[in-house]
Amino acid sequence: MTRVLIVDDHRLFRSGVRAELGDSIEVVGEAEDVETAVKAIAEHRPDVVLLDVHMPGGGGQEVLRRVLGAGSQVRFLALSVSDAAEDVIGVIRGGARGYVTKNISGKELTDAIRRVAEGDAVFSPRLAGFVLDAFASSEAPSIDPELDSLTQREREVLRLIARGYAYKEIAKELFISVKTVETHVSSVLRKLQLSNRHELSRWATARRLV
Amino acid sequence: MPETSCTCDYGHVMADQKTLAEPTGDLPYRRMTRPMEGRLLGGVAQGLAAQLSLDPVVIRLMFVLLSVVDGVGVVAYAVLWMVTPRQPYAGQPPQRDWSQLAAFSAVGMALLAFGWLTGASKGGIGMLPFAVGGIGALILWQQADPERRKSWMSGATLSIRKNRVRTLIGVVLVVIGAIGFLAAQGELDQARPGLVFTIVVVGGLAVIAAPWLAGLWKELQLERRERIRQEERAEVAAMVHDSVLHTLTLIQRVAHDPREVARLARSQERELRNWLYQPAQDADATLAAAVRRIAAEEEDAHGVPIEVVCVGDIALDSAGKLGATLKAARQAMVNAAKYSESPSISVYAEVEGEEITIFVKDRGKGFDLETVPLDRMGIRESIIGRMERHGGVARVRTSPGEGTEVMLTMKVEKA
Repeated sequence: MTRVLIVDDHRLFRSGVRAELGDSIEVVGEAEDVETAVKAIAEHRPDVVLLDVHMPGGGGQEVLRRVLGAGSQVRFLALSVSDAAEDVIGVIRGGARGYVTKNISGKELTDAIRRVAEGDAVFSPRLAGFVLDAFASSEAPSIDPELDSLTQREREVLRLIARGYAYKEIAKELFISVKTVETHVSSVLRKLQLSNRHELSRWATARRLV
Repeated sequence: MPETSCTCDYGHVMADQKTLAEPTGDLPYRRMTRPMEGRLLGGVAQGLAAQLSLDPVVIRLMFVLLSVVDGVGVVAYAVLWMVTPRQPYAGQPPQRDWSQLAAFSAVGMALLAFGWLTGASKGGIGMLPFAVGGIGALILWQQADPERRKSWMSGATLSIRKNRVRTLIGVVLVVIGAIGFLAAQGELDQARPGLVFTIVVVGGLAVIAAPWLAGLWKELQLERRERIRQEERAEVAAMVHDSVLHTLTLIQRVAHDPREVARLARSQERELRNWLYQPAQDADATLAAAVRRIAAEEEDAHGVPIEVVCVGDIALDSAGKLGATLKAARQAMVNAAKYSESPSISVYAEVEGEEITIFVKDRGKGFDLETVPLDRMGIRESIIGRMERHGGVARVRTSPGEGTEVMLTMKVEKA
């Protein structure tokens, strides 16, 4: 049973998510802003925190900064109506292990929560597109070549995610196991979070569009 | 005449001020202070005006006149400035009212100059026209500042009447001053009257007109800003009304049809997003924008959500290669929306170097490509044929129950 905490400033949305999540997920608490979220995470110690990006008191990034900054191992899945590049890239670089938009179905959300709880990353097609776009302009000199570029295989995986393929379909397409697909995605997430490529942030800010 | 009463009051206060300056303990009067807000020099005239319940302009005028005539104004100002404590203020020290200071200085200088030219500063009768003209000019100038105007006058109806009276007095005084000067001048000096006449008349006119023009300009600016703000508000209101409210009404009316409700909500969401995040994107300028627009149109037409992801972008060419690719992509979306019965469609457009690739994928029922009748133009002609005619490639991957993916590839020379 995966224990989940929902952080969102819209009460209706919280109850909606609660109702939609499958039986394999237990909602241990809710929070509506940064303060209550930090407190609730410390109190309930959930496996996964469903984190809204825009919230009073600094938003999801502030929660990430305060919780992860304090050394917590809790995993975050960002959930937002916004799929603007700067929000997506910002919250992923802040430490979230995945990003899904709020129009996701209950089944898909349950699936994404399970994946994050197991330590994998969750990439929506749009996030995959952002990453491909951000890492595409590789002419700039990179400080750490390992972190600052994607391997051919990672690129292929991301492209298939962007095309709308599920992990299982990707595995079949590339003749690899689902576990390998997950490894590739996690590796991309690590690069996304750790890369010093300054154009990543610049790119996200410059691309203020959906 | 205000001057006379003012002068004697002034002397009275000077005396008061001297006693007040010494800490006598028992103060019969409110202590005079120099306000920093709205001061021209040191705030002396303002403080004095407040103490005497007079307009600061009268006091200032008096200082200017007294200074010009025999310099006593300067001395009086300096003494008062030294003995009067500054009024405490909060925060940043307020700025001087430089435009007014400039106006008073200009008038003072002009009076001095004319006095020197005519010898009137010795106290002769020739001084009077300048004094009168100066008073008129000052009243006019003073009056032009709307803030001050308000603070001077209490009672709205009174202020309007007073306003007109003031203007009239100002104009009359300027005219009298000019005529008087010329009359006096004509006897004194034959060499310069033409020049001085021009200066005086032009100066008088400028003094009369300048404040009004300045005020008018200020009001115009204010009005313009207000209009822009109102237009923005109206635009938001129109946006909310035309789209959001309209959609909400429609949703209530078709509440029995979940598919239509979802379509309406999605279409509204897209419109709102575009409005919020993509204020000025020309849908016909770049490939990504065009793909998004086509997807939006087909989504609206068929009620099936189409998710678009774009990587890289390219300006649309006129040669038609990209146009053909876009048309093929549209046909693929139409096919998927109409026949696949898929709950959603994924579109992925990528520009990598000189190669453009567009994928249109659904998770619908799929079909057997071999069994598509020859007369069905959709795939064979509108997608594969069109791409090949323009030098591109179209591949269709499908099988019954597996969904369909159309892949379009086109090479272009980048400009």
